[in-house]
Amino acid sequence: MIKEQAIFEAGMEIMRRAAIDIPEDYRSGIKAMAEVEANELSRFVLLSMIENWEAAEEDRRAMCADTGLPRYFVKIGNEAGIEGGPVALERALRQATADATHEIPLRPNRVHPLTRQDNNNNVGLNAPEIEYSFEPDADWVEVTTVHKGGLFGSDYRMLFPGDGIGGIKRFFLDVMYEFGRRGLACQPAIVGIGLGGSKDISMTLGKQAACLRVVGDRNPDPEIAALEEEFKEVGNNIGMGPMGFVGSSMVVDCHIEAGYTHTGGMPMSVHTFCLSSRRATARIMADGAVEYCSDPKWFTPYMRREGIEWTGTATDTAATG
Amino acid sequence: MDGNGDGHGGDGLRRKRLQMPVGPEDLKGLQLGDVVYLDGVLYTGREGLYKRLLVDKMAPPVDLASVSNVNFHCSPAATVRDDGSYEMGAVTATASFRFSAYLEDWFKLSGCKMIIGKGGMSEADYKTHFVPNRAVYLTTVGYGTGALLGRGIKRIHDAHWLDDLGIAQAMWVLEVENFGPFLVESDLEGNSLFERQNREINKGVEKAYEGLRPPALKRYGETTSRDDEVV
Repeated sequence: MIKEQAIFEAGMEIMRRAAIDIPEDYRSGIKAMAEVEANELSRFVLLSMIENWEAAEEDRRAMCADTGLPRYFVKIGNEAGIEGGPVALERALRQATADATHEIPLRPNRVHPLTRQDNNNNVGLNAPEIEYSFEPDADWVEVTTVHKGGLFGSDYRMLFPGDGIGGIKRFFLDVMYEFGRRGLACQPAIVGIGLGGSKDISMTLGKQAACLRVVGDRNPDPEIAALEEEFKEVGNNIGMGPMGFVGSSMVVDCHIEAGYTHTGGMPMSVHTFCLSSRRATARIMADGAVEYCSDPKWFTPYMRREGIEWTGTATDTAATG
Repeated sequence: MDGNGDGHGGDGLRRKRLQMPVGPEDLKGLQLGDVVYLDGVLYTGREGLYKRLLVDKMAPPVDLASVSNVNFHCSPAATVRDDGSYEMGAVTATASFRFSAYLEDWFKLSGCKMIIGKGGMSEADYKTHFVPNRAVYLTTVGYGTGALLGRGIKRIHDAHWLDDLGIAQAMWVLEVENFGPFLVESDLEGNSLFERQNREINKGVEKAYEGLRPPALKRYGETTSRDDEVV
């Protein structure tokens, strides 16, 4: 049985790692972009951010003062047991959020939408969000936290089948221009695109594609993978770079997730995970051991299944190391 | 860098180091795209502070001009320790375009000569409000270099209205050293670096959309030109 205390401690640790340590995949992606960025202002921004991540690691202080909206993605092994059940798990993660906010410190960003009441701990009504997925033949629980900015860089649109790939590309460009100017999206970003599903799931898939897949990862569907490559190219060729300066550094990678949708529609969402792409994962074993990493491997073959029965055997695809 | 802390970084960008409160001569020497580092005292202030002072007409907690003539659109990642002292981790700016409506009254009340924030304001705002007040705007870099800016904070003098406004919106009075980097976004003539860059980028918009038909279902919206900004 996994103990509530183990979940709480892992929650504290991933909150700290996410806030301070930029994931290596993102860092190497930005370093590669800085090497080919020809515009001096854009290059200055990229080099400043690299220096900032180093300062954060040396000082053990948060890399960005905007905590965004700290939240969790929990993957539960089908055979996992949690002492106290899901209620204990959620209590542990809410407690970790409050304590980490005070101890790191993080900016208490969460307020009531109407009264603007701030509990000064990033906990409140429906906050932090906790999303769930499951994994067959596993007895662990994996918890990922993401701290993503919450104001700019995302958009949703109901497209229709007749709009075609051109329509998808056009809306992608709209979001790049809309939120790239002045760097509102804090690009270069990991751009996540949700295609299909119901309206809300289109948003969810795109958000998860941006936040839970690493730079360099490709969708296993070759047609979608080709679109990911194409959109990355397209985004980096609109003549815009970081802060909306002239440049070629806009999209460090593009991830697309699809879901079966209404026969008449093609809902689409676009999300941008920013220059402070903060994510960290802990796998909590049944015996209490914990492994940490920055690759959540959220979209497992089980997650992307299409049929009724799960017949796959390669189950240990979720995060390690 | 020379004896004044000014110089080039080897990348074509000019470096400037300024003492706060900033003087008229300091601002005259600034060009769009200069990299600036600051020393001295500044204070944070965003919608929470603006609303109290300018809408609710409350008296300032302290004479603003005697504190500094630099206002930072910022909310720090800070905490109040059990003994009542403050700890400040990362420091970054918030997007400034939202505060446009406060500018006229704000300059009158504060006597500010420099506003620092994220993403700048419009060239129209600069010409209407900044130029007559002989003020400039600096933008943070990235965004944002939270850890680098956090390092530059030497002392926290005060956190006014902390109980009423919360950590994010309180007026933090900060003593800083080699605080930056920032980029000069507007000069004394009211030119904007962002808008200048936009005009360059707009030359490629038409080509980017070549062959892409508008979607079947339109949306109500305030702009359909991709040359426009949404701020």
